[in-house]
Amino acid sequence: MKYALNIKKLLQNEEGFLTQSREETAFSLFAFAPAWLRSGIALRISILLILLLLPACGSAPSVSAIEPPYIDTGIDSNAWVTVPAGEFPFGQHDHMSYVDEFEIMVTDVTVEQFANFLNEALAAGEIRVGEFEVEAGEILWQEEGVGGYYPGDPFDGYKHEEEIKAGEKLYMPQTEGLRLTYDGNTFTTMEAYTNHPMTMVTWWGANAYCEYYGYRLPLEAEWEKAARGTELINERGLPFPWGDEIHGNNANYYSSFDLFERMFGKLGNTTPVGFYNGQTYDLGEGSYATEDSTSPYGLYDMAGNVWQWMGDDYHDQHYRYMRGGSFYSYEVDLRVWKNNSAGPQYYSPALGFRCVQDQ
Amino acid sequence: MQFLSKRLDYLFRSTRGLVLIAIAMVALVTAIWGTLSGPMVEWGVRDITVSVLGMDLVQADREGRIIMLYHTIAMTIVAIEVYFMTEMLPMKRQEQVTINATITVGYLTALVFGMGFAYFGHNFAFHGLFLVGQSLVFFAGILLSAALWPWKKEYLLETDSPYAHTKKGVDLERAAFFVMALATLLSATFGAVTGSYWGNGHETFLGEDLIRMPHKTALQKAIIGHLHIMLTLVAVGITLIVGRWMKFQGILHKIAMPLMIFGTIVITFGALSVVWLPWAHTTIYVGSVFVMLAALMYVIFTWDKLIKDGTAGIEKPNFFQKMGALLRDPLKFGPGWQMVFMNFTVSGVGIFMAVKLDEIFRVWPHREERITLTGHWHILAALIATIILFYYMDLSKVQGKLRQWAGWLIIIMSDLAFGAATIFSMKRLFVAESEQQSLVNTIMLLMDMGLGIVLVILAIFLLWRLYDLFQDKGYWNKEFTAEKKLRAETELEENKRKMAELEATLKEVSK
Repeated sequence: MKYALNIKKLLQNEEGFLTQSREETAFSLFAFAPAWLRSGIALRISILLILLLLPACGSAPSVSAIEPPYIDTGIDSNAWVTVPAGEFPFGQHDHMSYVDEFEIMVTDVTVEQFANFLNEALAAGEIRVGEFEVEAGEILWQEEGVGGYYPGDPFDGYKHEEEIKAGEKLYMPQTEGLRLTYDGNTFTTMEAYTNHPMTMVTWWGANAYCEYYGYRLPLEAEWEKAARGTELINERGLPFPWGDEIHGNNANYYSSFDLFERMFGKLGNTTPVGFYNGQTYDLGEGSYATEDSTSPYGLYDMAGNVWQWMGDDYHDQHYRYMRGGSFYSYEVDLRVWKNNSAGPQYYSPALGFRCVQDQ
Repeated sequence: MQFLSKRLDYLFRSTRGLVLIAIAMVALVTAIWGTLSGPMVEWGVRDITVSVLGMDLVQADREGRIIMLYHTIAMTIVAIEVYFMTEMLPMKRQEQVTINATITVGYLTALVFGMGFAYFGHNFAFHGLFLVGQSLVFFAGILLSAALWPWKKEYLLETDSPYAHTKKGVDLERAAFFVMALATLLSATFGAVTGSYWGNGHETFLGEDLIRMPHKTALQKAIIGHLHIMLTLVAVGITLIVGRWMKFQGILHKIAMPLMIFGTIVITFGALSVVWLPWAHTTIYVGSVFVMLAALMYVIFTWDKLIKDGTAGIEKPNFFQKMGALLRDPLKFGPGWQMVFMNFTVSGVGIFMAVKLDEIFRVWPHREERITLTGHWHILAALIATIILFYYMDLSKVQGKLRQWAGWLIIIMSDLAFGAATIFSMKRLFVAESEQQSLVNTIMLLMDMGLGIVLVILAIFLLWRLYDLFQDKGYWNKEFTAEKKLRAETELEENKRKMAELEATLKEVSK
């Protein structure tokens, strides 16, 4: 009501001004302009547009600025499962492919697990905190963060391929969006994010974590088998880890109306690992019921929440691949065969990882 | 019965009726299929559409469904352009009837059965009929090319004609239409050959998903070339059509037409040669320069014409009077403006991407690069649609306030949406992922609002045309009568000319 009155007042004022102006300047400036322009319609449209846009221009929280409540999902982030050797339908067109047996983490690596790694590796002198030179494409810049040595990748010199040379690489920047703090000696998790997936990690950082504990990053084929299993329904593999269809309470994706979108707006935030396990959460924002959305091997978050770095280093390109989609992704990118790629220096609040180990 | 036959006669036997059906079909497809993505999904409308219509959306088939959707819309848009061409370019009545009939049956068959196959269970009889429909559209293209043959004696221009022509009088505008039609047929062949390998060594894909694959198959490259050039040729087609509408002529026309012909040939060669040439992109850039220069000539000519017509009677019009004259008729100002605007949202983005590919875009994740790519060609397609709408609204004699409101709202709201979409697709240049929420919320709202209003205007326009069809003395009746009159006059002229020719022949023989 208050707004409506104000609009009316505003329109009356502006209309009055235009009328006066028209009389005074007849057949001059806008005399030849179309009638609608002279009648103030453009002004009305502009005001309407501005009013419509005002709510959107409000201070929507950035991912780095918000802090959700701690949620205990009851899922053990130290658990692993075995994926047996054998064939499975690979890719969108279900080409039967073979992978050897391997073990894979049930959840993404959490912020707490990564903080522990940083503290251990720092104490062991395998990483350092400071400034790192980052190279991507044809540009070079300096970034504060944590990093360590990487032996480099084979370089084929193919078109658009960038050479990844041996040297010190950035694992994790100390920048907006990080869920860790560093007091000069120790890395500490922000309490609310302890069991959220570790994000803002470059491929080198993810690779270093896995290698530090004797693991490795999963290959795309391994990851996909772990996500969709071997089952064929009507000669088709599963498009999502839990089945054929996706609903908001299966996974964390763009506009899935999850608990965090309710709290922080449309783009939302990461959910704790293993959030979609069939529990109903009640946090004072109304209860939120999830569906048990594990993969056939019992893995959580293989669709949505955060993209996951893959370990493949393909010929003729420097890109590293990601799987799974994230809370920024539309649901189509959560289909198990969809991937994403970036240079190994890339990090994002919507990108994490998990490890595998050979039997 | 007569009620129905009169309307059907108008809808299927007049250019305006045929275009009306085609626009209505695109609007219907947009209205239904638009609910399957974007905010409609968030609002739960998709689930209602799927359940009410009984759609069968298999996740793995999404890319295939989208490809068929693109094809059915593209066929319809091509049909609209063909209807315009068969009316505005001199050709025999029989040629016009045959081409229009063939393409109408073709695009409707492709649309109905293509959508049936893609979204309502995979009935392969429907897929076969989808191919029949596309084949008929292709056949109509062959007939059109034959009808457009620019070296026919009767279509030669006088030496003092204000339109571009060769020394021997060949109409270069007609030649530009002819080259565009031939190039379309050639690039359709590239798509068709690859399509014939579907399920037999070729798998469905969206071009934007392959951009970072270092090694693509020849079939994949053929499709990438095909999809790029098809949209470009539709853009060339509409530029030539609105040029004809605005009576583009004079020195600028004489410069523009050779540029358009040469540019079309070079771009087509460049886009298709991507299959075997590593430097195909360079060829495309060269061709684009010529085509865009031709479009610039059109813009200069029409804006100058609008200003001159609008200030006739004023001895020395000032700047504001000239601007007023330029902006007086949004439907006639619109096509040129959208072409200019295109440089910021389509060509500019494309060139910037090409120049900064390794420095910026390939540093971004693939999903961001994909948004930029799909964004800029969706915008081009939508810009073409608005230009078609301007022309058709003018043909429909939309006048007065309605013309002003509809015209300006389409221009402002579509440009608002396209500008917002461009910012969205380039957002990584200005904002980090962790800080993007405010910007994304704002530009998403602008996009939805802009496109929503344009679609509402289209819906109102089509509802008015539908209402009008139920009136005995409706506007459709006047349109049909005027078209019949014009057609009769043209045919009479043609017959007179033929009679004169026959009489001359008889005289010659009797000597």
